[in-house]
Amino acid sequence: MANESHKLPIVNFTPEMKETHTLLVPMMLPIHFELIEGIIRQEGYKTELLRTNHKEIAEEGLRNVHNDTCYPALLIIGQFIDALKSGKYDLDKVAVFLTQTGGGCRASNYLSLLRKALHKNGFGHVPVASFNISAPTGAGGVYLRKRTLVKIVFSLMYGDILMRLHNQCIPYELERGSSQKVVDTWVAKLLEQMRGAKFTQTKANCKAILADFAAIQRDTSRTKMKVGIVGEIYIKYSPLGNNGLEQYLVDQGAEVINSGMLEFAMYRLHSMIHECKLYGGSLKRRIILRTIMNYFEKKQRELITIIKNSGVFDAPTEFIHTMNMCKGYLDFGVKMGEGWLLTAEMLELIHIGINNIVAVQPFGCLPNHIVAKGMSRKIKDNFPSANIVTIDYDPGASVINQENRLRLMLANAN
Amino acid sequence: MSYAIGIDVGSTTMKTVVLDSNGKIIEKSYQRHLSRVREVTAEHIKSLAHILDGQMLKVSVTGSAGLGVADIAELSFVQEVFAAAGAVNKELPETDVVIELGGEDAKIIFLRGTLEERMNGSCAGGTGAFIDQMATLMNVTVDELDELYPGHKRIYPIASRCGVFAKSDIQSLLNQGAKKEDIAASIFQAVVDQTIGGLAQGRAIKGNVLFLGGPLAFFKGLQSRFIETLELTEETAVFPELGPYFMALGSAFKAQQLPNDATVSFADLVEKLSRTQEAEAIKAVGQPLFANQNDFENFRNRHASVTVAETDIASYTGAAFLGIDAGSTTTKVVLIGEDDSILYRHYSPNGGNPLPIIREQIQEIYRLCGSRVHISAGAVTGYGEELIHAAFGLDFGIVETIAHYTAARHFNEKVDFIIDIGGQDIKCFHIKDGMVDSVVLNEACSSGCGSFVETFATSLGYSVSEFSAIAMQSKNPVDLGSRCTVFMNSSFKQAQKDGATIEDISAGLALSVVKNALYKVIRVRNADELGKNIVVQGGTFLNDAVLRCFETELGRDVIRLPISELMGGYGAALYAKHNASDKSNLISPENLEAFTHKSKATICNACANKCCLTINTFADGGRFISGNKCERGAGGKQNTEHPNLVAYKYDYVLNFPTYGTGRLKVGLPLVMNMYETIPFWSTFFSSLGCDVVLSEPSTRELYMKGQHTISSDTICYPAKMGHGHIESLLEKGVDAIFYPCMTYNIDEGISDNCYNCPVVAYYPEVLAANIAGLNKIKYIHLHIGFQNKKKFIERIADALKGVLPALRMKEIKTATDRAYEAYEAYSRHVAEQGQHALYYAKTNNLPVIVLGCRPYHIDPEINHGIDKLLCSMGFVVLTEDAVSHLVPKQNLGVLNQWTYHARLYNAAKFVTMNPNMEMVQLVSFGCGIDAITTDEVSEILRNSGKLYTQIKIDEIKNLAAAKIRLRSLEAVMHVTSSRSNKKEQPKVLVRSES
Repeated sequence: MANESHKLPIVNFTPEMKETHTLLVPMMLPIHFELIEGIIRQEGYKTELLRTNHKEIAEEGLRNVHNDTCYPALLIIGQFIDALKSGKYDLDKVAVFLTQTGGGCRASNYLSLLRKALHKNGFGHVPVASFNISAPTGAGGVYLRKRTLVKIVFSLMYGDILMRLHNQCIPYELERGSSQKVVDTWVAKLLEQMRGAKFTQTKANCKAILADFAAIQRDTSRTKMKVGIVGEIYIKYSPLGNNGLEQYLVDQGAEVINSGMLEFAMYRLHSMIHECKLYGGSLKRRIILRTIMNYFEKKQRELITIIKNSGVFDAPTEFIHTMNMCKGYLDFGVKMGEGWLLTAEMLELIHIGINNIVAVQPFGCLPNHIVAKGMSRKIKDNFPSANIVTIDYDPGASVINQENRLRLMLANAN
Repeated sequence: MSYAIGIDVGSTTMKTVVLDSNGKIIEKSYQRHLSRVREVTAEHIKSLAHILDGQMLKVSVTGSAGLGVADIAELSFVQEVFAAAGAVNKELPETDVVIELGGEDAKIIFLRGTLEERMNGSCAGGTGAFIDQMATLMNVTVDELDELYPGHKRIYPIASRCGVFAKSDIQSLLNQGAKKEDIAASIFQAVVDQTIGGLAQGRAIKGNVLFLGGPLAFFKGLQSRFIETLELTEETAVFPELGPYFMALGSAFKAQQLPNDATVSFADLVEKLSRTQEAEAIKAVGQPLFANQNDFENFRNRHASVTVAETDIASYTGAAFLGIDAGSTTTKVVLIGEDDSILYRHYSPNGGNPLPIIREQIQEIYRLCGSRVHISAGAVTGYGEELIHAAFGLDFGIVETIAHYTAARHFNEKVDFIIDIGGQDIKCFHIKDGMVDSVVLNEACSSGCGSFVETFATSLGYSVSEFSAIAMQSKNPVDLGSRCTVFMNSSFKQAQKDGATIEDISAGLALSVVKNALYKVIRVRNADELGKNIVVQGGTFLNDAVLRCFETELGRDVIRLPISELMGGYGAALYAKHNASDKSNLISPENLEAFTHKSKATICNACANKCCLTINTFADGGRFISGNKCERGAGGKQNTEHPNLVAYKYDYVLNFPTYGTGRLKVGLPLVMNMYETIPFWSTFFSSLGCDVVLSEPSTRELYMKGQHTISSDTICYPAKMGHGHIESLLEKGVDAIFYPCMTYNIDEGISDNCYNCPVVAYYPEVLAANIAGLNKIKYIHLHIGFQNKKKFIERIADALKGVLPALRMKEIKTATDRAYEAYEAYSRHVAEQGQHALYYAKTNNLPVIVLGCRPYHIDPEINHGIDKLLCSMGFVVLTEDAVSHLVPKQNLGVLNQWTYHARLYNAAKFVTMNPNMEMVQLVSFGCGIDAITTDEVSEILRNSGKLYTQIKIDEIKNLAAAKIRLRSLEAVMHVTSSRSNKKEQPKVLVRSES
């Protein structure tokens, strides 16, 4: 350890590598990431979404990351190292893909932790690719043309709607797997559209998606308890991180409600705007941010109207409405991690009558001490019927303990 | 009509209740299942043939280990808290709150008002298993522990959050000679505190309280502690006869409500439960310990070939040297001859009181020595070092690391890594250039040592050696995880549920201990990091399964000596031999005969630390005081006042002048970043004419005042302390409390961004949402930053609008200017004071420690007086912010975006540029960001050949682990400086004894 040079050499992903190297992409949300992976692939990159889900991943993580680092970092890095060690890839022709996140949370250090881990395992020469927004010839990773960026934004929207409808169908489907089939068909269809220019037809697409889900044979007489999931983004979505939480809840006879990526993106945008208000910022910056925000808000309203008009499925709540829920609880200045959005989401769920809430987080997650655990009591005081269970995930936590607490929540479900 | 059976399979016990068709209880049972969950359940039901045969039965299973039974037997399952609530509603409907403690679970149910049910999280002790472990630690049965209770006089504070913390607190009390009665009471109190703090989380426990579960039914002491603490009466505290059976009963009630098609015959039920016995163990991950018999033989022979010379003391004449290792749970005594061969050896558990055993042992040695052998010198090491040193007049007291290294290098000159796993602790360190380097000890969250295996073995009905032998037969060690005991307990439950065999569980435990040591404590990535010549020692390595797992996991052979558990004592004896002078001070046989010892507990009032002292008095009138952090407590004078920046800063903040004119009484809590911004805010409000009131300095009592409103039990101690400070201000009757949210800190030009950590930034929000008293006064916790002065004025003016009427903009501007000046003056003063301290150290040739910490670590209740300890060891103590401005911004491998953490990196760099200076980093337990900074600071220091010393701090006041680290550090610094002074290499590492 002592002999290593302190600052590790950064091996960049160069444009030439586009032809030769396979990019390993970590999995978080199955539907969204399949779409994003597809888009990157269409840009001519060789990609592979890591779907591995075995015990050794966490072990690899434990060996390579400080054990007190948060669980998502441990899993993502463990998954990469595990893949590189698997012998499946030509180590001179493989790169790993991870984007830099910002903010005051320790998660912003994933990238440097990954570099360290690669180096320590003798994979120091494996390039770490990120998004590159500078120029087509620039180094760093996947070059994001404006057009590609727009595609990714759209794929988030499409991913959200597919995920939402899939969640609403799966507990009721008569033929097992029929909801997943609609998802798969649409992922393929949307990617095909993205090749061309047709993908912006959100209205038409959404209507067609809704019709396809509505056509699934469902037994709506089944009564299911509705359970909302909120929490740290990776643990909330990734089955690897939450030990298959969604599936477990569905198996236990619940319908899962999960908010989408669009809301998260809007929360980040809003934070940037609010930041200017609190600490100052240029007018130009504010106007640009506001314009993007307005666009998102408009798009979201469109989708909500379409879902509502179809009359079959539940629509998401408007962002601005969710946002206002947390007034009296937290200031919008709370912007690290999931920030005020998490509290607002819990309140929003209760507001629409879903009292059963699972709040998930990596063990010792700092922002969640504030926005989840720190606010639970006040929420319960104000809404006595709220049935909130907070669950910590980490490599040592046993599944039985987690399931026992989920069962307690389910036993009290209302 | 049918009978209803409720089966409750908990983590350690199985309970059943049978109701007849009228709902009357006709049978109930309570037994330990010793991990044979399925067999015991099936056997018990079979034994009830006389009442059940011929009846139609409805069955429901509950309990943490009951799920597996229910699934495979296809029986109905009900969650245990839900079951308990059902039974309570039916049996004792006037109950307001239910507290239920089980083997490894703790639950609380609020029935009045909002129904709320809570269970202990994944990080919680304070349960039946915890009491079991504590009893084992004290070498008494649990019943004896309860019998000790009525004799208690005082209660010591024991960290209640987690069994591991509590253990080390109790350990130190035992070693200081505190009375067992008092400790018993303190243990029960810790369970009570844990229940209130960890589970109630702010909701008051009042009204009729029903206590359920085994421990609460059986332990009178625990009952009494609960009644007293919750201020209950005989009427309001209910301990029902059915206490242990409530969940089984609730489960039986649930069974009654099952539809009729769920009815089974007795024969069917027996068949269903027997079926579960055949279920395959599914949770097996590891490989067998040995691939074949040959492998096993090789392993055995290789370790058998390592031997230590022994000489029969009866045939020996000449000088001898005594070594004592007064460990936390065991006492080791070794006597060696001039040829280093062992003349006498002894190893025994000390039941928490090493004095009588050592007295006996020295007497025995004197008897064996007769006039042929004379003891030329003696040395003592280990937790009880100071006490034994004082009691028996040994010549040397040495730090454990030195003792272990001395022993290890005796057997292998080239040893470069030593790991010692004892009963309570793991110690390991590298050897670089013949010096102890980078001492690593198990911290709060990384237990899993010898006593841990022992407790499990005992609970399963085996001795440790049997348990170890069984493990060697394992085909499929189970995976129990690699974190702290509490987590392992849960995995253990899971293995039980999955029906793993004892062999596989035992091997799994061995593997867990090893993985815990390697990945959690040492955090090794590959064998090469450890070294080529590894010596393993400590009693735990006598367990062959642990040894085997260690070698396999590392992929490298290691050396284990047959005296593995005695190495500390052997090393002490060798040390005594190398350093023997003419005459030994060892207590004479006559004085030994007359030796008596009394201990008395008291509290030192010399300063805010309020150390719990234990005064030991010996027959000759000699006294030894332990528990003190500085010389004053030990009855001596304060050491020559070396500069101490921690004290300087604390004093600066506490006595910061205010000049309000009574416009408004504004309270500022002494918490988190406020420690650094008090000069700013105090000046600001004074300038506006407000009277500034600070909260009381932190104490344990202050913490307890706010404990009930803490919303997250795993957040850091400094944040938790905030709840007490707010209570303190509320008591002082202030008009407003000001504690702003600060996402950003000051940009000091040494980082890429200037964030605060999420807890520092947003804790004011948590306080607002959880402390009811804050609704009654003005609580100003606006989000604000210092970076943009114009914005600052705009925001603060807005926030104060409703608070200070007739506030003029000009006033605010003036106040702001003064506040910024006051903050700059503070920074300047700290920097100047740092320069003075450096100059002082240089002119007096004193070693310097830069304490790398956070502004709030200057709080003596949070740093537990480590700065004073360092001063009393003769160091000049600086803080990170006193030197961080002396070097430019560091170019790092990690994202350098937090102001406080950037200071650490800079301070580390500064330390590398200065001789006779080292850094000690204080890390609060639960600090997620320090997972990053510790690695980084350590790399900066090591890359320049400096040592890295980290001290984890939490609620526990026990500084034993810190002392080992600091003394090892001191020893190395001493050698380094004498090497550079004399330009020669000393043969043996010597620490000057004072």
